Amino acid sequence: MTDPLDPRRFGWLGTAIAATVATHAAHLPGWLAIAVAAAIASRVLMQRRGRPPPSAWLRVPLTFALLLAVIATYGNVFGREPGSALACGLLALKLLETRRARDARIGIAFACFVLMSSLLFTSTLVFSLFVGCVLVLQLAALTALQPRGAAPEPRSELRDLLARAASLVAVGLPLAIVAFVLLPRLETPLWGARGADGVGRTGLSDTMAPGQFAQLMLDETPAFRVVFEGRAPRPSEQYFRTIVMTEFDGTTWRRRDDFARGTALPAPPAEFIAYAITLDATNQHWLPALDLPFTVPDDARLDRDQVLVARRPVAQARRYEVRSSPRAQLATALGARERARMLRLPDGYGPRARALAAGWRSDLGEDRRIVAAALSLFRSSFTYTLEPPPLARDSVDDFLFGTRRGFCEHYASAFVFLMRAAGIPARVVTGYQGGWWNGDYLLVRQSDAHAWAEIWRDGSGWVRVDPTAAVSPERVELGAPAVNASPSLLGETWRALRNQFDIASRLWTEAVVRFDSARQRGMMTQFGMADLGRRGLLGSFAVLLCVAMLLGTAWAIRGAREIGGDALDRAWDALRKRLARAGIDARRTEGPIDLLARVRAADPVLAARLAPLVDEYVALRYAGAEPVPRRVAALAARLQRLALPRRRRFTPARDDDSDGSP
Amino acid sequence: MAPALAGLRLRALAFAERRLPALTRLRRREDLPIRLDRRRIYVLPTGFGVLFGVLLFVMLVGALNYGNNAALLLTCVLAAAAGSSLFVAFRALSGLELVGLRADEAEAGTPRRVHLRFDPGQRARSSLRLRHAAGAIVFDLEAGRAAEATLELAPSARGWQPTGRLRLWTDQPFGLFQCWSWINPAQELLVYPALERPAPPLPSGRGRIGEQAETGSSEEHAGLREYRPSDPPRLIAWKASVRHDSLLVRDVERRSGEMLELAHHALRGLDAEARIRRLAAWVVEAERAQRSYALVLPGATIGPSLGEAHRTACLRALATLPAGAAP
Repeated sequence: MTDPLDPRRFGWLGTAIAATVATHAAHLPGWLAIAVAAAIASRVLMQRRGRPPPSAWLRVPLTFALLLAVIATYGNVFGREPGSALACGLLALKLLETRRARDARIGIAFACFVLMSSLLFTSTLVFSLFVGCVLVLQLAALTALQPRGAAPEPRSELRDLLARAASLVAVGLPLAIVAFVLLPRLETPLWGARGADGVGRTGLSDTMAPGQFAQLMLDETPAFRVVFEGRAPRPSEQYFRTIVMTEFDGTTWRRRDDFARGTALPAPPAEFIAYAITLDATNQHWLPALDLPFTVPDDARLDRDQVLVARRPVAQARRYEVRSSPRAQLATALGARERARMLRLPDGYGPRARALAAGWRSDLGEDRRIVAAALSLFRSSFTYTLEPPPLARDSVDDFLFGTRRGFCEHYASAFVFLMRAAGIPARVVTGYQGGWWNGDYLLVRQSDAHAWAEIWRDGSGWVRVDPTAAVSPERVELGAPAVNASPSLLGETWRALRNQFDIASRLWTEAVVRFDSARQRGMMTQFGMADLGRRGLLGSFAVLLCVAMLLGTAWAIRGAREIGGDALDRAWDALRKRLARAGIDARRTEGPIDLLARVRAADPVLAARLAPLVDEYVALRYAGAEPVPRRVAALAARLQRLALPRRRRFTPARDDDSDGSP
Repeated sequence: MAPALAGLRLRALAFAERRLPALTRLRRREDLPIRLDRRRIYVLPTGFGVLFGVLLFVMLVGALNYGNNAALLLTCVLAAAAGSSLFVAFRALSGLELVGLRADEAEAGTPRRVHLRFDPGQRARSSLRLRHAAGAIVFDLEAGRAAEATLELAPSARGWQPTGRLRLWTDQPFGLFQCWSWINPAQELLVYPALERPAPPLPSGRGRIGEQAETGSSEEHAGLREYRPSDPPRLIAWKASVRHDSLLVRDVERRSGEMLELAHHALRGLDAEARIRRLAAWVVEAERAQRSYALVLPGATIGPSLGEAHRTACLRALATLPAGAAP
């Protein structure tokens, strides 16, 4: 098959490849995205003008240039990002050299692979639907490569081909779902580490430098979902503590590094909030919880900073139940070493902030009044924004006395610094605050990430202070999106739609993305059956695959077996078959009168009875344009009633034929 | 393919057909109509299909390894669609019926055009391909309308020639699976003899019947027509021309007297095939010149007559003349 591609088919190919590359657009480096787009567009245009593909003198150096550029950008060619960049580049190069239908097919097969790899980056519902559409486009392009006869071009080729591809995808969907559900998952990967390369998002990090959250706060992917038993906390109580950071080096806050040590659980208080959290994979140990938890899920413990820590990183979605009480008190006294730690400040940073704090200490004296002074400072002259100007090396002083614009991280960091400088033990807490009520559960997104402070108050223990609330109270009451988004009339509708969408998205995540080996094994237990195990899964898959093949075969051969179109032919054919059984081979090509002559020679009695029927058949078949249905039915009945002798030897037809042979 | 290998393949095929008639029965000649059904449609993955299968396997292992369910679902959907395409390819052939076969007039030694009439049944069928030793074509059929596909066959000798074995195949929609069926119509196609080129002028021999007719006195009743420069002077009707004041000639069509006798036995000195070629050329020439002629062959005389039916009868007789007929 060396048929060269015409512009029509080449256009399909170019479109399919461009759409495939588009699925990778989010993480391709800019230079590559532009180069690939330019290569695809120029090749399609050149083809349209009848130019030949560029010569190997151009293509081979381009291939090497691509390889070098990817290595220069990423350092190597292995891994998700460099791999996808390389694949997209190679796909464009394949299009450059494509000239014949055969090349085009291989190009589309490769595009299918590249399309699949785009799902390694993100597999949200919307993106997966987009990928599904691109798949249909690819299959339509594959169909478009079929050569066509001389028939004029159909008017709606686009719709026709897309419909054909989509219908094949739809027909295959049940089998695809069966395969998806039953193919045994690998419990341990064959190579590489799962998660490092997977779709799990890290969300919060265990360090915090002001400005770091900016990307996170635009990320609308869900972080976790909470179902409350009984009373749900008010928005001002919805602080999900996740990481506590105590160490500051002047630019970055870190948590202290002592996983091993735990703390005793507090006594159960009278009033508490019981809830279950379903956490998306984070590949980290943190389990967010309202303050302060006094029960601990399995495989987790409470660390010294009263944060829930899982024993293993959360590599797959995890559900856990916790009880928390805002009134729970853990430590009532702060040891000397602990107090010193919570007051430690890096040398050489924030001299003006220290001076300010020292001034407050000498002027105001009481802790309570110092806290109030700091909050009123923020309230009076600071602005909440997600796009703060960059800070100088001494980030605390620069923020407090320079830019005065920032978001939660800046405020939490500066506030804790001021508190420590004033001699009040303080620490930074990061986590999530707020969320969307979606029917019966609270949806918390990455964009709800928040940072606040806790200060030590003798007698009360650690007390939460949210300096951001002083600057922008709505951030706490309504959540970050409400503050960041400009208000609009469509806001409410949009919010409702978005909540609907989240339900669909959640279904997708629960039913598809998280369908791991544990769920697969436990799937049948819901119906009261035992675990299937690997062998059971494969066996069921094999059985259902055979069923699908049988159904497909039945569909494929349907409609091919009937001989000749109408009822009259069928009636005559039935007689022929009966005659054959009685020993008279009747060829399909033999006319009725010839057949009658042969019967007459062998069995005149039968022929006498057959003769009027043959006359009627001839009259119906050949006299008019269309046989009269009523007479056809009558003849069919008479033919059926005609008694034939049992097996008898007649002169056979001229020779054995294809459909009467034994 | 190397010629040695091709030869080996042909010999193996011939052996298989001799020894395993059950296996190769569908390659035998059959009467029309030939209807394709499941018993004679074969399916195999194409080279591209095998490659695609390997690719699907790689995708499957990759998706399973990374525990990425969305990618796994995509792979499953793609594999299921690819598998379903097998049935689509099968359906494109299943139920298709070859109902008629006719060939254009063709001389021996020139390519022959054959029209195959297919009845698609109640299904539209596209991208059907027909391959023959000499070439391949693509054709589409609309649902419920029988249509012809035209194939050019290799040149052959004169006479009744077998149509030859045709491979009807398709690999739609994705090119992953090839479905094919062999059709070998029993119907033979007539190939006229090659015409001698350039042929010598028509002989001027006259039969006896003609002479009798010419001796008759009824010249007035003979057909007359305007003189054309190519007319021989002896045909000019002088008396009539004088009367009508223009040059008139006797119309030979109406005149059995000018009948040509194209006789096989008269062409001494030529071998059998050369005689046939010359006679065929003369038949065509006589028809073109609208001159009544008779063809005298060993054992048969056709005509004298003129017209399409006569011409066809003569050429057919020449085409089917046994090779090496006695001079």
